[in-house]
Amino acid sequence: MQVSNRLKNQHLLWRAAFGPVAEDAANLDGLSQKEIWEMLLKTSYKKPGKIESASYMLDGLRKELQDIGQIQKLSPEQKKTMLQQSRVDINNLNLQWMTEMISSKAQFREKMSFFWHGHFACRGINIFHQQQLLDIVRNNAFGKFGDLLREVSKSPSMLRFLNNQQNRKQRPNENFAREVMELFTMGRGNYTENDVKEAARAFTGWGFNLQGEFVFRNNQHDDGSKTFLGKTGNFNGDDIIDILLEQKQTAIYITNKIYRYFVNEKLDEKRADWLANRFYKNEYDIKKLMEDIFTSDWFYDEKNIGSKIKSPVDLLVGIRRLLPMELENTAVQLLLQRALGQILFYPPNVASWPGGKSWIDSSTLMLRLIIPQMITANEAINIRPKTDDDIMMGQMAEERVNLQKKTNFGSKYSAAVVDWQLPVKIFENVSRENLLPKISETVLQTKTKVGSNLLAKYLNNESRENYIKSAIVYLMSTPEYQLC
Amino acid sequence: MIIKRKEFLQIGSLATASLMVPQFLRAFERPLMVPPGNKVLVVIQFSGGNDGLNTVIPIQNDIYYNARPRLGILKDKALPLTGEVGLNPALKAFKGLFDQGDMAILNSVGYPNPDRSHFRSMDIWHSASNSNEYVNTGWIGRYLDARCKGCDRPTQAVEIDDIVSLALKGENNNGLAFKDPRKLYSISNEKYFKDINADHHSGDETTDYLYKTLGDTLSSADYIYQQSKLHPTAEPYPGTTLGKDLKIIASLILSDINTKIYYVSLGSFDTHVNQENQQKKLFTELNDAVQAFTTDLKKNNRFEDVLMMTFSEFGRRVTQNASGGTDHGTANNMFFISGGLKEKGLLNPMPDLSDLDDGDLKHKVDFKDVYATVLNKWLNADDKMILGKQYSYLDFI
Repeated sequence: MQVSNRLKNQHLLWRAAFGPVAEDAANLDGLSQKEIWEMLLKTSYKKPGKIESASYMLDGLRKELQDIGQIQKLSPEQKKTMLQQSRVDINNLNLQWMTEMISSKAQFREKMSFFWHGHFACRGINIFHQQQLLDIVRNNAFGKFGDLLREVSKSPSMLRFLNNQQNRKQRPNENFAREVMELFTMGRGNYTENDVKEAARAFTGWGFNLQGEFVFRNNQHDDGSKTFLGKTGNFNGDDIIDILLEQKQTAIYITNKIYRYFVNEKLDEKRADWLANRFYKNEYDIKKLMEDIFTSDWFYDEKNIGSKIKSPVDLLVGIRRLLPMELENTAVQLLLQRALGQILFYPPNVASWPGGKSWIDSSTLMLRLIIPQMITANEAINIRPKTDDDIMMGQMAEERVNLQKKTNFGSKYSAAVVDWQLPVKIFENVSRENLLPKISETVLQTKTKVGSNLLAKYLNNESRENYIKSAIVYLMSTPEYQLC
Repeated sequence: MIIKRKEFLQIGSLATASLMVPQFLRAFERPLMVPPGNKVLVVIQFSGGNDGLNTVIPIQNDIYYNARPRLGILKDKALPLTGEVGLNPALKAFKGLFDQGDMAILNSVGYPNPDRSHFRSMDIWHSASNSNEYVNTGWIGRYLDARCKGCDRPTQAVEIDDIVSLALKGENNNGLAFKDPRKLYSISNEKYFKDINADHHSGDETTDYLYKTLGDTLSSADYIYQQSKLHPTAEPYPGTTLGKDLKIIASLILSDINTKIYYVSLGSFDTHVNQENQQKKLFTELNDAVQAFTTDLKKNNRFEDVLMMTFSEFGRRVTQNASGGTDHGTANNMFFISGGLKEKGLLNPMPDLSDLDDGDLKHKVDFKDVYATVLNKWLNADDKMILGKQYSYLDFI
């Protein structure tokens, strides 16, 4: 099969961005991949503004509290209120970032940030820590991996999540040291248990203060000699990170992960090796690595196109990019993230979302298939996820109540109002007989597509406009649409 | 454009041909009752960390009462099981089951290096992993992988919920989740989905995987819905969520469905504050639902074939906190309820409150021993393969 230029362009847009956007989708036939890639780089070049969602109340409180001792003095009710507010604020951070993914021009930056958000998986209940970590990731999304790694490692969010505040001389906590190697740099099997112990000693004293700043606590630091990955010295945490970056294995591990995420879950070892060598030689320059991928011919091979199962966030953001819409209750997106198995800022554990086939079971697949119809037919969404973890516990119960309240309004409750003008306009110059193939090619990335005879039975023939609308919605309600 | 989804999808009426076959005719199609010996497991998850010490209470233990001056359940309030041990007052039916020899209690179940985070500890219980490893599949999911090579329907394990838990996710097979067989059926009965499923032949591997999941779901939804109507239970169940859930499970157990494992959750037991009322409320729901369920199974002579097992991601600290509650702890007890128990009553000693680990109970039994026992002795499965290691068997079944 000849892969069309449009399909190749959409392939790039699904992988380096969050899919084609309605206002540009009409122009995708004429542009080259290189032109689109350059445009993606250009629009992402600017440093991003920090996304902040912490409420005034919490912000004020934080400024008043100068030391940990004062937190202890708060009453249990005050602490509870703080915690609840922090959860609400993290939800808002989630929704604000999702809005960036949908409408920001800096698509490449947000897509890379989303990848690193999964790579440096971190849960926490402190809104300030979470928005700070997101800021680090968005700022370094395609800079030097070493800078990103170092900043993330020194962030309160990660230090807290991996218990490095408890990592002290004489009483080392190995969690942070282990995960830095196992998940963030080299991968399992490339270091010994003794390396973990020695690295943990080097990281002793790394902590943070109440203002969310990294602090090095000299009196808690073990300044004895350590032997790590064959080197011996009086190492501190920064030295360990330097040694990890010296390891070719770090470049290989990161490149393989990026290949599986951005190109194909089936690793092509020859290509990945070539990329890893260059990544290492280019001093872990992420932008150059991504450029190597997105400007290569093999990235556009048929076997790489439409081969990836969209993550829940990819799916929801992708729908909203092609179908501009107003959501009556934006929090419904949190519920959908949860029901589909991916809530931003709440990865299942430090190993993150496993991705791929694990996104799909009978419940998530059926929900994915009916979401486009729920949105466009203004149907209430009625899912009741169970409360099964600390951070969401109780809070989902509230959301459930809210949704039930909504559904009680019956037909008055509309999930979303789609602005169909732009999506319909994509096809304004397409002839009637080419219309369905063109819509299909725009919506789906897969080789096999739902048959036009079958679709014809379902499509709305009252007007050209209705035909286009119903075709888009029906094509989105297919297993094929889950792929990109 | 506002389109009602039902019109939009041109959904057929629910009264499709297969449903119009009269009930009495369907009854002739299949034997009325599954032959005895078709063992079934029902897992009830207490989400949020149930306080085990106020569930199975050491009524003669001063350390318990000293640690819980406000929360400790007094000896004369507890339902006596033995001279030393009482049951939470809300669990009256459980006491009845205990006295009749249909219940066993396993104390101090946990795992080494316990994690006090709900989601992480639940992860560990679901995946049956050690606390320092991350496994993306669940123990029941891996049971399905081992059991279901070539199964045409993933109905061997079902969860009564909108979302499939990690416990039921395997490498290649997943359990099926639904809140209500009718709701599941009405979505999967959309003509459009049936049509695209029938129209799909073969694409690449991932597309085929998605279509296989779709096809399995459609046929399972149909199958489950038919089965759930085959022998609707006549027993009155409480109108609570768990009551409805167990009623659905009973109807399926009484049909001839191939389901071996049912999974259901109750919560939240995260009682940092106001523990007494919250636990009482949840235990009342549990008690009444289990009472109806066991009565139902007994009447239909299936109680010997059904094993109910309860667990929670962790217990709570021995000492009460300052807000009328308890904080996250470690080891906990499990209930086993069945007419087919080999060992009944208290299976092991109560936790030793004088030998704590920084204020927390020490675990004496690894929960994976329980899984191994249930997989091997009840479900006749290869526990070593599923759990990745040979764990010790217990003797209660």
